[in-house]
Amino acid sequence: MTSRLVRRAILSGIVGGFAIWHVSLVGLVPAFAGRRLIGETITFSYVLLVAFLALTAFVAARRFPGALARVATGAVAGIVASLMMVLLSVVITHVNLRAIFLNATPELARVLRFGAADGTTGLLQTLAIGLVSGVLATLLASLPTPWPRTLVSAAFTTLLLGLLRDVVGPLLPRTITTFLYGPAGLTVQGAIVVLAVALLLFSARWFLVPQIAPAWARLPEAPRKVGSSAFLLLFLASIPLWAGLFLSNVANFVGFYILMGLGLNLVLGFAGLLDLGYVAFFAVGAYTMAVLTSPELPHGPQLSFWVALPIAIVATIISGVLIGLPVLRMRGDYLAIATLGFGEIVRLLVLSDWLKPYLGGAQGITRIARPEIGDWRIASPQSFFYLVLIACLAGWFLSIALRDSRFGRAWFAIREDEFVAQAMGINRVIGKLSAFAIGASLGGVSGALFASLVSSVVPASFSLLVSINVVALLVLGGMGSLPGVVVGALALVGLPELLREFQEYRLLVYGAILIAMMIFRPAGLLPERVHRRELEEAVEAEREVAPAEIATGRG
Amino acid sequence: MPLLETRRLTKRFGGLVALRDVDLAVEERTIHSVIGPNGAGKTTLFNCITGFLVPDGGDILFDGTSIAGLRPDLVARLGIARTYQNIRLFKHLTALQNVLIGLHPHLKYTLVDAIFRTPRFRRVEREAQREAEELLAFVGLAGRELTIAANLPYGDQRRLEIARALALRPRVLLLDEPTAGMNPQETQEMIDFIRMLRDQRQLTILLIEHDMKVVMTISDVVTVLDFGEKISEGTPDEVRRDPRVIEAYLGRGAASGLSQPSIVEQREAGQHGAP
Repeated sequence: MTSRLVRRAILSGIVGGFAIWHVSLVGLVPAFAGRRLIGETITFSYVLLVAFLALTAFVAARRFPGALARVATGAVAGIVASLMMVLLSVVITHVNLRAIFLNATPELARVLRFGAADGTTGLLQTLAIGLVSGVLATLLASLPTPWPRTLVSAAFTTLLLGLLRDVVGPLLPRTITTFLYGPAGLTVQGAIVVLAVALLLFSARWFLVPQIAPAWARLPEAPRKVGSSAFLLLFLASIPLWAGLFLSNVANFVGFYILMGLGLNLVLGFAGLLDLGYVAFFAVGAYTMAVLTSPELPHGPQLSFWVALPIAIVATIISGVLIGLPVLRMRGDYLAIATLGFGEIVRLLVLSDWLKPYLGGAQGITRIARPEIGDWRIASPQSFFYLVLIACLAGWFLSIALRDSRFGRAWFAIREDEFVAQAMGINRVIGKLSAFAIGASLGGVSGALFASLVSSVVPASFSLLVSINVVALLVLGGMGSLPGVVVGALALVGLPELLREFQEYRLLVYGAILIAMMIFRPAGLLPERVHRRELEEAVEAEREVAPAEIATGRG
Repeated sequence: MPLLETRRLTKRFGGLVALRDVDLAVEERTIHSVIGPNGAGKTTLFNCITGFLVPDGGDILFDGTSIAGLRPDLVARLGIARTYQNIRLFKHLTALQNVLIGLHPHLKYTLVDAIFRTPRFRRVEREAQREAEELLAFVGLAGRELTIAANLPYGDQRRLEIARALALRPRVLLLDEPTAGMNPQETQEMIDFIRMLRDQRQLTILLIEHDMKVVMTISDVVTVLDFGEKISEGTPDEVRRDPRVIEAYLGRGAASGLSQPSIVEQREAGQHGAP
């Protein structure tokens, strides 16, 4: 038993150490070193390193019964991982690795020693931090249920607020801002206050809500629903009032991705058709808007935004059908590859010299019309937000209406078993084409709004990465789940927009997140009702079976 | 006039003749069984009737009109529903959703109705919901409406599959081995249930079944296929005595050595004697 424990602890520590080596050498740790979160000392890279150590300890210990065994395992794992940090630090100081690893600088070595000078004390300090992180992480995990998540959420919130100083700071009254924030990140007293408030709020969330929830659920459904939606709507509508130019722009971009996510959700989440070229519809919507309204093109009709918008929607619906037709018989991987090709074709077409007189070529099209209501020209990102909000709400309610109708059920049937769906009288061709067409229309709206807001379109905006982003946000939020689309868009589009300086590492983080999702939450962050129930029922069934098996002496 | 009829139906897969000149006449409100050794072409026959395979020759008539080569969804809309040998439910959907999907062709509202939730949409959906609940209750699944299909016990999954087929409001129901994997008691319940379908719901039932006891108990007519050809047809008693049937099941020469009725019974014992 003991030897297994030690072996597992050491092994986990080594794996954790390798992970730290990786993020250090690819440059994540040095890049984050300049970003102070709290006070003068706590930088983003220290937080990242401690998080890795704690995670290593937690993973090493989580399966062992008995708090003592867990803490011991965590401590060993933490020490082993920090030992590997020390090792890397020493190697970097004494051997020049920069020919291979650009980021293996003395600066990185210093960060890995948590800022201490080169020498025994620095190394011991790292080991001590490893030990403490390991012990604390496992102790935290041993607390009774709502406590770990309360503490972790509070700590996470504090660090996030420190990270988002430049975004959150300007929104608050000046006196609060100067109290909370220093020149970079939170001040120490600010961090303490934020942590305390966050602790209070999260303990209310995790301790009180389970007690209030039954009473809340007893209220009649209609007023409850209306109340919470009205509150949500008021909050959303207030965003442009307090959010500045930058945040409103971010909100608009999140909105564009929510629209695309809702659209692809109809195709992928509901009908199960993996479309990796969804950006094509975004592009068709944007370019239709551009061609119809911009005065730059020789033959442009120069329509107004409101006339061009429905035409753009119709154009994307037609393009959805056109893309859907040839791939009707394809499924799974083949469909993904074919649609991937279509996405690239659209991008290459708008880039081509051949269509340059009509679509602007590599320079794209500028001076696209902004929407006007009477004399009011909706040009600022703040006012444009309302338009995006309305479009998103329309997309949301469209999705709900379809989901609860025979059309949505036909898509579900096609997703589950195409042949049986046909035997149920469902027309496969109409089902698939309607999914492509309606799904495309939301992408078209998104593209048209995007073109109008930024007032220009260039082919570079319609790369494969957009399609991948949309698929990734669906996976993250939970396939087929509408709230999941919103959460996915906020996490995958909103957060990176706020942290633009780390854009280089975006794909690295994406990959890590997606792998973690597959392991820990395969149904997504906010799974669709049905999936959630499926998992719950499966667990229940297991529980019901287990005693019987014990009784008969099986297993 | 038979409700469902095949005339010289032929289906080839490359060199293999899965069905050769099969004539089948299913009379209205009868239980008609198709039996035969593995690979005799029973499921191919079902797939041809339901439109998943296009026959290479011959014709299929439903209520007097040809349906050979018709798309599966159109065949289903005409009133031919089926279940599958290996249960094929929409596993990740609830029992109610499964049945509602079966009702799909009967829900008359447009996309615009659905998007704007017009009164017509609400009324049709409400009625559909009620009909689906009734069907679930009819097959004995009341109270399991919101259970995910995959989480239902095996027998309930078979019932749900039948409820889903009934939602199509079919005139002919094709059942592919409905008692496969069931214990004797469940089998007896299924026999009673199939009879009830014929008597209460006025259904015509075409049945593929391996369990001879079931076939001999409930069939009005039995058709025997072997290597894609019809080798015998008649009442259970007639088929039981037909030497060609015994030959097909037990090999050439067996018919002369053994007394006829007992052979089928021996088969039964072999299949179901073991606990």
